[in-house]
Amino acid sequence: MSEADLRRPPKWRLPTEWLGILPFVAFALLFLILPTMKIVVGAFQSPEGGFTLQNMVDLNTESIRSAYWTSIKLSLITALLGCAIGFAMASAVVFGGLPKRVRSPLLTFSGVASNFAGVPLAFAFIATLGPAGLVTLWLKTEFGINLRAMGFNLLSFWGLVVTYLFFQIPLMILIIIPALDGLKREWREAAEVLGATGAQYWRMVAFPILFPSLLGTFALLFANAFGAVATAFALTGPQLNIVPIKLFAQIRGDVLGNPNLGYALAFGMIVITGLANVTYIVLRTRSERWLK
Amino acid sequence: MTRVFAWTAFLLGVLFFALPLAGMTEFSLKMRRGEYSFDAYRRVFEDQRFWDTFSYSLILAGATIVFGVLLVVPTAYWVRLKLPQARPVIEFITLLPLVIPAIVIVFGYIRLYNTSSVLPLTGSALGTDVLLTMGYATLALPYMYRAVDTGLRTIDVATLTEAAQSLGAGWITILARIILPNVLVAVLSGAFLTLAIVIGEFTMAALLNRPAFGPFMQLLGANRAYEPPALAVIAFAITWGCMGLIQLVTRFSKHERAKV
Repeated sequence: MSEADLRRPPKWRLPTEWLGILPFVAFALLFLILPTMKIVVGAFQSPEGGFTLQNMVDLNTESIRSAYWTSIKLSLITALLGCAIGFAMASAVVFGGLPKRVRSPLLTFSGVASNFAGVPLAFAFIATLGPAGLVTLWLKTEFGINLRAMGFNLLSFWGLVVTYLFFQIPLMILIIIPALDGLKREWREAAEVLGATGAQYWRMVAFPILFPSLLGTFALLFANAFGAVATAFALTGPQLNIVPIKLFAQIRGDVLGNPNLGYALAFGMIVITGLANVTYIVLRTRSERWLK
Repeated sequence: MTRVFAWTAFLLGVLFFALPLAGMTEFSLKMRRGEYSFDAYRRVFEDQRFWDTFSYSLILAGATIVFGVLLVVPTAYWVRLKLPQARPVIEFITLLPLVIPAIVIVFGYIRLYNTSSVLPLTGSALGTDVLLTMGYATLALPYMYRAVDTGLRTIDVATLTEAAQSLGAGWITILARIILPNVLVAVLSGAFLTLAIVIGEFTMAALLNRPAFGPFMQLLGANRAYEPPALAVIAFAITWGCMGLIQLVTRFSKHERAKV
């Protein structure tokens, strides 16, 4: 106990109001925090139970490195494209002079599509862009374009990017439309009165205001793609070398031949999604301070 | 000029979303050579495993929703009423499932609750079902908590509580007969969203080895050609139904409020 603690007069009242959140705390501990801690601790344990950094060292193999790199690339690209395309569609609806009628269906559809991830989504894309898919056949018979010969394969990295965009874009639309609604008309008018061009207004007024929500959505989209298992698994099976698929195979059958390396693999996933969110929080506090 | 850009962006987006939906629908009708038919759907519906796994997932979704409501409503209420200082911590915890991937959480479950542990939940089918329900409740926690907390913001929790207490109501009566009816729309929104998440969930069910709808769809996808797109159409309809119900209850509540 430090000196400061000793000087403070002791409070003897039993903090009964904290008992009210006891069930929630117990649930969070048992089914969220302790399981995660188990992974984190296991990542630094040797098979005998002692502390070791060997698992971290063992992660540094060709196959695991390339799995992480592919996963990070996949998440970055789908998050970036998802943000850009979602932003374009959302601003088209909010500012582009599109009829008011399209707005509510777009929001409803985005709610559906952002939840339409996983196994059925993979089926939908196989039926569309797969070897016998609607678009593949149509391009071949009508225009003589052979997607496969052009190097496009749905069961590959770029196929996965296209598929992930189906839930990434709607998620962006859902989050950014309320933010775009928050841009006040007066700000634009004030900027115009002061002689700003449209581009200047976006760069110097609207964008800085939107920056925190853009960044937050980006971090969310990144984590969303990084942890996704079902879509990739149903699309390509166990062969595509990305971290969640590798971890899935490891949990099922210890393919790495070392259970503690599995912990380390999972720990790496937490570190990366955690870093994405810490970056977001830091940049957000910064931009919010600047906004004041 | 802006309008041209806007329409282009919008229509390209619509095309991107319409094509896979058209693709899966068309493919699912192509089972019979040379003509469109509902054969693939008939096959799916004749498969006993479809009904078994679907009802299993539905029951689990129900259990998740009941548990989620019982956990989240009292907690969110209590935090608003008595523990505003705990709010940031609770909110942080409810957002954690968006940061920690589901596969990592379920990996932790498998190692923490295996047969040689203190609480060997994975040792029996019922125990694993409980564990899977808790896992689903964790996945749904961010959405459920957000929905209920937003619902609570629109009512005066302190005044309602004091009024109920001065009439002699206990905590359970207050929660069940005052708070819950007032945030029912929010609770229902959270419930339908939970249903949409749980019904086709793959990772947790597959790794815990339970016969849920998600792993069944994956299995069929690996072995069949025409049934999978039919399943995709069905799954899409279910998701759409859940979102439609959310809109319906929200609209209904606005109507109610307007009358008062």
